Amino acid sequence: MTAITTDSRRGAHRSGRDGRDGRDGYRFGQVARMEWIKLRSQRGAGWTLAGTAAAMIALGVLIGIHQSAHLSAAARADYDPTGNGFAGLAFGELAIGVLGVLLMTSEYSSGLIKATLAAIPNRPLLLAAKAAVFGAVTLAAGELMAFATFIAMRTSLPATVPHPGLGQPAVLRAVIMAGAYLALAGLIGLGVGTVIRHTAGAVGAMVGLLYVVPLALLALPASVADPVEKFLPMIIAENSLTAVRRVSPSLPVWAGLGMLCLYVAVLLGAGGWLLVRRDA
Amino acid sequence: MISARGLTKRYGGTAAVDSLSFDVQPGTVTGFLGPNGSGKSTTMRMIMGLDAPDGGQARIAGRSYRELRWPLREVGALLDARSFHPGRPARTHLAALAAAGGIPAARVGQVLAQTGLADVAGKRPGKFSLGMAQRLGIATALLGDPSVLLLDEPVNGLDPEGIRWIRTLLQSLAAEGRTVFVSSHLISEMALMADHLIVIGRGRLLADTTVAELSARSGSLEEAFFTLTDGEAQFRAREAEDVKLS
Repeated sequence: MTAITTDSRRGAHRSGRDGRDGRDGYRFGQVARMEWIKLRSQRGAGWTLAGTAAAMIALGVLIGIHQSAHLSAAARADYDPTGNGFAGLAFGELAIGVLGVLLMTSEYSSGLIKATLAAIPNRPLLLAAKAAVFGAVTLAAGELMAFATFIAMRTSLPATVPHPGLGQPAVLRAVIMAGAYLALAGLIGLGVGTVIRHTAGAVGAMVGLLYVVPLALLALPASVADPVEKFLPMIIAENSLTAVRRVSPSLPVWAGLGMLCLYVAVLLGAGGWLLVRRDA
Repeated sequence: MISARGLTKRYGGTAAVDSLSFDVQPGTVTGFLGPNGSGKSTTMRMIMGLDAPDGGQARIAGRSYRELRWPLREVGALLDARSFHPGRPARTHLAALAAAGGIPAARVGQVLAQTGLADVAGKRPGKFSLGMAQRLGIATALLGDPSVLLLDEPVNGLDPEGIRWIRTLLQSLAAEGRTVFVSSHLISEMALMADHLIVIGRGRLLADTTVAELSARSGSLEEAFFTLTDGEAQFRAREAEDVKLS
């Protein structure tokens, strides 16, 4: 510890250090660096991403292998190995969504939130940095997984059926959207975790949103279920984002992507609003 | 310097902290003494901007916590024995906070050495004993070399050697001109550690004086404390009686 005798000397020392880069006070950059270090050392984050990649690729391979070698005329009309090959998203959305939940709820369960907010009392800035870092990492990882899954599926297809190629715009778009969906599911999780703060409750809400609501809709007549169903994250992922041939019920691709972004914006917005107003 | 003016926090209908006003001066260790549940932790959380007061305000060198430009370089705090993720190694935990505070990475090694944690810096702190967890909390507080320190019950879980270590550390930090504000419910420890005392009971200020002056009132600090807190309890009882009668 440096022996400093008076507060005025400390002040002079400080302003000199701050003045070097011409800024005074913490900014997005410092907060993002903290969140990056925390994310890298978040227990289970690496395993979650590795497990998601393994599940995505394995399911892609299975879909490819199980494609019947001869397509009937009817089957040819529905033939979409690209969309079907992303069956692993149904697992990945929850895995990465839960990771997003934990990124916030583990701060509360461990007590770390007090140290975090002591370092960065600007709570909206904290949430923005957390979301930016996590979103960027999961987007990069998600795109890698999506391209790997597509290639694995494609190479497992029987030689007798048409092979989709990344040169086809709808196919390339579907692959990119599959990766983006994982990042968006992660951000939905972060938003839910910020609103609910308790791990069990927030994970339950994620399972409800992703799986239980779609199942519950199955019990309702199609006239009621169909208009609602197409707004659900998993249905958007399967029927809009990754489908090369659109399936009903569905939103157009860009509307589906916009809807998911709206989910993220509303949840992170509500989370940020509560974060500012609630005691830590 | 820390100042509280009319600081109030209510939970439901009851005031946990009730119009509390005091100043904590630099250059001396100020003890924050009160029975369990008297509002010490709530007061510290409000000073740190973690809890929003229902009334009044707390300032650090004239600014609210949220207005601080580099909070970790201005205020170091130990509010809970465990304010870290159990799975994140001590060194990484401190490195993350150093990044947030614009603090040189070399400082992490310094505070780990200073708190005797250098050998376990790479270990997950979830398995730390309470005493080691307290040391990591103190390392966190010292990270930004702050001129104001707030510590809530820092001697909890420490062995006699650890207690003496922290007493000496806090006194030397105060001697360097820093503001040191330490809560405890242990009167004997406060008598040894602090020069000045702020005593509260049921969220209200009971005394704001030197340890020597308070001890002289009733022969010992312990007697003086019980006289103060007993009076508060009786006052409350009378108040309740008045309500019943009216």
